[in-house]
Amino acid sequence: MHPALQAILVILGGVGGCVGYFYASNLILDKVLFPARGPQAGRNINRANLVRPWLFLAPALAALTLYLAYPVFATFWRSLLNQAGQFVGLANYAKMAHEPKFTEALGNNLLWLIVVPAAATGFGLLAAQLTDRIRWGNLAKSLIFMPMAISFVGASVIFKLIYDTREANLPQIGILNALWLKAEGGIGSVLILQLLPFALVVSLIAGFAYLGWLVLRPLWRRRDETAWIRVGRVIGAAVAVFLVIELASWAYGIATADLPYGQPQAWLQIPYWNNFFLMAVLIWIQTGFAMVILSAALRGVPEDTIEAAVLDGANPFQIFFRIKVPQIVGTIVVVWTTITITVLKVFDIVYAMTNGQWETQVLANYMYDKLFRAFDWGMGAAAAMVIMALVTPILVWNVWNARREMR
Amino acid sequence: MADLVLKGVEKAYGEVKVLSGIDLEIQKGELIVFVGPSGCGKSTLLRMIAGLEQITGGDFHIDGQRMNDVPPAQRGIAMVFQSYALYPHMTVRDNMAFALKLAGKSQAEIAAAVDKAAKMLQLTPYLDRLPKALSGGQRQRVAIGRAIVRAPKVYLFDEPLSNLDAALRVATRIEIAQLKEQMPDSTMIYVTHDQVEAMTLASRIVVLAGGGIAQVGTPLDLYERPENEFVAQFIGSPAMNLTPGEVVETGAETVVKLANGGMARSHVPTQPGDLGRTVNVGVRPEDLHETEGTPIFHGPVEITEALGEVTLLYLKPDGTAHPVIAKLPGIRPELRRQEVRLGADPAKVHLFAEGRSLLYR
Repeated sequence: MHPALQAILVILGGVGGCVGYFYASNLILDKVLFPARGPQAGRNINRANLVRPWLFLAPALAALTLYLAYPVFATFWRSLLNQAGQFVGLANYAKMAHEPKFTEALGNNLLWLIVVPAAATGFGLLAAQLTDRIRWGNLAKSLIFMPMAISFVGASVIFKLIYDTREANLPQIGILNALWLKAEGGIGSVLILQLLPFALVVSLIAGFAYLGWLVLRPLWRRRDETAWIRVGRVIGAAVAVFLVIELASWAYGIATADLPYGQPQAWLQIPYWNNFFLMAVLIWIQTGFAMVILSAALRGVPEDTIEAAVLDGANPFQIFFRIKVPQIVGTIVVVWTTITITVLKVFDIVYAMTNGQWETQVLANYMYDKLFRAFDWGMGAAAAMVIMALVTPILVWNVWNARREMR
Repeated sequence: MADLVLKGVEKAYGEVKVLSGIDLEIQKGELIVFVGPSGCGKSTLLRMIAGLEQITGGDFHIDGQRMNDVPPAQRGIAMVFQSYALYPHMTVRDNMAFALKLAGKSQAEIAAAVDKAAKMLQLTPYLDRLPKALSGGQRQRVAIGRAIVRAPKVYLFDEPLSNLDAALRVATRIEIAQLKEQMPDSTMIYVTHDQVEAMTLASRIVVLAGGGIAQVGTPLDLYERPENEFVAQFIGSPAMNLTPGEVVETGAETVVKLANGGMARSHVPTQPGDLGRTVNVGVRPEDLHETEGTPIFHGPVEITEALGEVTLLYLKPDGTAHPVIAKLPGIRPELRRQEVRLGADPAKVHLFAEGRSLLYR
């Protein structure tokens, strides 16, 4: 049979099967098990209504148990076995902790975790606000949203072309190198490639320092906060301090760098920085998602409060940061955490672009390496458990926030 | 000198003019109420004064300064919104302090202004609460407090009571009246569709209709001497009865023969040239009483509505299009299906020709 025909049959069978299941099971419930007639009619209707949700949920619950819940436990058990299938306790975890590739992956994941959700949410919020009231805003939004329709692998291929490198005497097909070779080391290059980024990084340092201060300050100003919020504040401030130190080293590097003008760069092979070139792919994709959700949230901000702020003398920046953003902070958190979860699972981009070489390894790709290249099932399962342990708290928080938002 | 002056102000959305030729002078310390049917542009006019809507024609001055293109925050106005428009993420204190913070006032100044306003509005116990933890009436007071702390020249109220329940509405109305008394120098403009609010609060009422001003005057002016049929019917409830007739006697007292056979005497003076002119006779339901003499209206009562203090009669005399409504004191349900003869004091009988009152010409 032709594969296309097969696919159509599967689709018809699947959808038809679902419809058939719901229809038939409902029919049996109403007509055979608890018929709405006879002396027990009223009671039967109530009973049927009690059973019906479970009836409809049953296929999903069964599938989730079989393909999600059971594998979690199976994987955990697997992570306690060695290659030969003997029980070794936590040896796999201990071994993994000593592997440089694993610590590298963990560090990179942390970097992704900090940069990508922040950048995607930030750009998304910016795009949502800027496209809000202009006539071609919807066109701009569609263009920004478009990458969401591209698979991670497809996007990786696109960006691999952008980062492509040729010999210096050949025409560059990668746009980044083509632009890079335009810089010849004159005053213009210094201005654009050193002074401008330096100024940007310094303003980012100032921004994060201020943000960290804002997060930390209520710690001794407000006595009514719960311990959890206080812990959150300390963590937030720690992240801000880390970012400030990291960015300060960037600023120093930018200021003192002796840039190799005229030489095409193999961007994906520059350690540390290549991580950011990979992150750009995910940011490019997720910005559209963040923009759409935040745009809807911004529209939900009552117009009256904005007008009241206008009358109170707020300028557009104050309206944005002090009236609009605080009112959609719940949505921002949901978007942020949703992207965070995507980031923790990131695999395709790294796999397709560098496969973890040149110090770009991430946890999911590390797991894949162990499972399907080294065939070390125990180690692979242990890596999977580490990813799950990282995702779970964020997932719980995300669901909690999303539910609160919906109320 | 007038505090607020509107000259030929108009508002157009593209080709469609929703307001035009608005001429209005408002003195310092007045409480002006804009009333009108929904869609008459009263809120739009208020928002134009606030600066939330562009003024597309004419001039608008506050204290002699042209305000057409002055940003809202610099006009010296403060507005209270129908929906309160409190900032949901700020405490009551921060809501009230926001404008002052933006204006760069010192902490001490802000605290003093907020505390004073809070005391005035009995909000002191709630200063550290979020708006969601307040009742509707308290939220409304916070919104008013937010306006007070800015010490504006002009207060704008956009239907501030319509989100409150009936009992609270009366209480808050009285509070606003008391507030006005405490601040006799502040000018207030108040938009409402509720006549009672307009009649009780206003020093002058502006009736808006059909994209323009129908009449400006004190509440009793509008009630006793309406300039046109619209105002006559808009002010007062139930609305004034209007019946067509023909002038048969002119002079200081005019006599009109009604189409339904009744005769109406009115103290509205007419000239000999008016003889035979078709006019509308207007009588308020509460001015009608039973009479033995020549009636203005007579006919069978179709429906009675006994409200306790008064009884409403719905008459359908021959030759009238709409039922005539009369408000008689006391409880009179026995009048149902009875023939009644109703007359009125000539001083309370209005005459309109082509929609305009014959008093004003």
